[in-house]
Amino acid sequence: MEEKQTIIAISREFGSGGHEIAEQIAKDLKLNFYDRNMLDEIAKEKNIQIGYLEKYEEKPTNLLFSRRVGAYSNSIEEIVAEMQFEYLQKKADTGESFVVVGRCAETVLKECEGLISIFILGDMETKLKRIQEHYHLTRQEAKIKLKQHDRKRKQYHNRHSDSEWGSSKTYDLCINDSKLGIEKTVHILEQYIKERML
Amino acid sequence: MVAQILAVLIFLVMFLLIVMDKIERHIVTLSCGLLTLVLVFGIAMRNLNAIIETLNVKNIFTISFWYAAGSAEEASSGINWATIIFILGMMIMVEGMAKAGFFRWLCMKLAKLVDYKPIPLFITFMIMSAILAMFIDSITVILFLAAVTVELAKLLKFDPIPMILSEIFCANLGGSATMCGDPPNIIIGTALGYSFADFLTNTGLMAGISLILVVIYFYFVFRKELLQENGQKIDITKLPKPEDAITNKKEFAISCVIFACAVIMLVSHAQTGLTVAFIGTVIAVITLIAFAKDALELLKKVDYKTLLFFVGLFMVVGGLEQTGVLVKIAAFIGAVSGGNIMLMVAIIMWVSAIASAFVDNIPFAATMVPVITSLAQTQGVDLKTLAWALSMGTDIGGSATPIGASANVVGTSVAAKNGYIIGWGKYCKTAAPATILVVFVSMVIVFIRYC
Repeated sequence: MEEKQTIIAISREFGSGGHEIAEQIAKDLKLNFYDRNMLDEIAKEKNIQIGYLEKYEEKPTNLLFSRRVGAYSNSIEEIVAEMQFEYLQKKADTGESFVVVGRCAETVLKECEGLISIFILGDMETKLKRIQEHYHLTRQEAKIKLKQHDRKRKQYHNRHSDSEWGSSKTYDLCINDSKLGIEKTVHILEQYIKERML
Repeated sequence: MVAQILAVLIFLVMFLLIVMDKIERHIVTLSCGLLTLVLVFGIAMRNLNAIIETLNVKNIFTISFWYAAGSAEEASSGINWATIIFILGMMIMVEGMAKAGFFRWLCMKLAKLVDYKPIPLFITFMIMSAILAMFIDSITVILFLAAVTVELAKLLKFDPIPMILSEIFCANLGGSATMCGDPPNIIIGTALGYSFADFLTNTGLMAGISLILVVIYFYFVFRKELLQENGQKIDITKLPKPEDAITNKKEFAISCVIFACAVIMLVSHAQTGLTVAFIGTVIAVITLIAFAKDALELLKKVDYKTLLFFVGLFMVVGGLEQTGVLVKIAAFIGAVSGGNIMLMVAIIMWVSAIASAFVDNIPFAATMVPVITSLAQTQGVDLKTLAWALSMGTDIGGSATPIGASANVVGTSVAAKNGYIIGWGKYCKTAAPATILVVFVSMVIVFIRYC
């Protein structure tokens, strides 16, 4: 019997550890994992410098310096986003099962039957601590970084989606990983995913 | 006073919302248009006549709307239905031509004629872009030209960016040459009653001279890249044949005939008395009859959102006009220039060019038409001189930045989707000096010929 396609789209607050959780789930369930790494393949296919794509990926559109005419936009942020959406759609169309972090995947792949969308959030204190450790920042610097990143993620998401970033209505499951820690959150999420995969 | 403030506020909100691009622009203009009717005309002015004049529906049912012996002037106030009907007709014709494979065939045929050599290809595509844009909207021209350029670039292994940048510029330049080439010209032409020949002999001359300069300019700017590419040896037998682009020979022949008819009708409309609204309707009807089995598909492909955008826009501008705001702007320009026509031309041309480089030139042109009309009346200057200055300023100014005109957006978007990203720096480095050059040359021509 052919295995059912499962696509796990994980969105996350900055500093929540959502990326780590997504990576662990992909490893445990032996699924391909897509995050920023998809840019390597896109860059190769389109013959573009990877640095260029990295500069504009998951960034909100600069409305003053770009314009849209029908289906055509000259915002580089939007073009890079569309390249990623196209990449994810192609992967999904092949029947591949995978885990993807961010990139509005829950909206782009909403027609896929096997889509499981998850949002990872966290307590402010836990998130700040993680950001401070990871980036070697002061508490104040971490606070600013967190705010900036979450604002940009929200703008990026809401630009490409009809649903709200971080709203419980947008996802199948929202979980605060600060309560149980990353390991136990992964365990719970994997149980949920396995139930859905049946 | 309250009505004027409201009209200006609605106009500014509309502009801001168009720039923000959060809500679709036709919804923005239609909502703002409705607000103009209700708040400005209904509540502040209590003037039913202003609403009727702005909606301008009565005009469609007059003979002069369809047939005008001699120079006919549209009611410049309110919705310019002639512009909307003409654009609709052209959209249907262009859809038919695209379906038959006309544009792709033309691009491939010309590429083959010049043996796919980069420099002749570069020059040919620039000229073709300008000529096509004289009759067809620049979005369609660039959509096909940029796509074929990218395709050829991949096959012939050259960088398509120099070609796409110069094609975009020439499409905007070609559009300025005729009455139907660019929406601001259609608005100016229909509102002020100018003919195709009027544009061709005035803005057309400026565009023609500028085209020669621009081809030389782009050649020198991009010659290094082009000469490098000249060395590449490619097996041209493996390239796609122009004939393969034709999806249906009969439809192709029909679309060529319709296009030729459209050009003839436009060129001779001052003599025949047929208005652009009539020409647009005839073209649409003939195309739909010729493509009978696909008529519904063609109708579905029409960009109704753009047409609705125009309807709303004209209503908002009608608000500014009826409340006398535009007369005040005209009086201000008149006062600043001190009645000096050269200064007036320079102000109109450069302000239009700078504004069009950053904001949509269609609302700008629609707003400026009543302004120059009032300016001509109050200052006693020739309206045509101001009209040509406005036309060249709005049409060419849009070329300066990637967001200035629709063709720029479409061209850079097609390039980027294929991996050739054109940022602001890369775009403006060559296009901004070319824009300044053309606006300057046009201004000098206006000074010499009319001032």
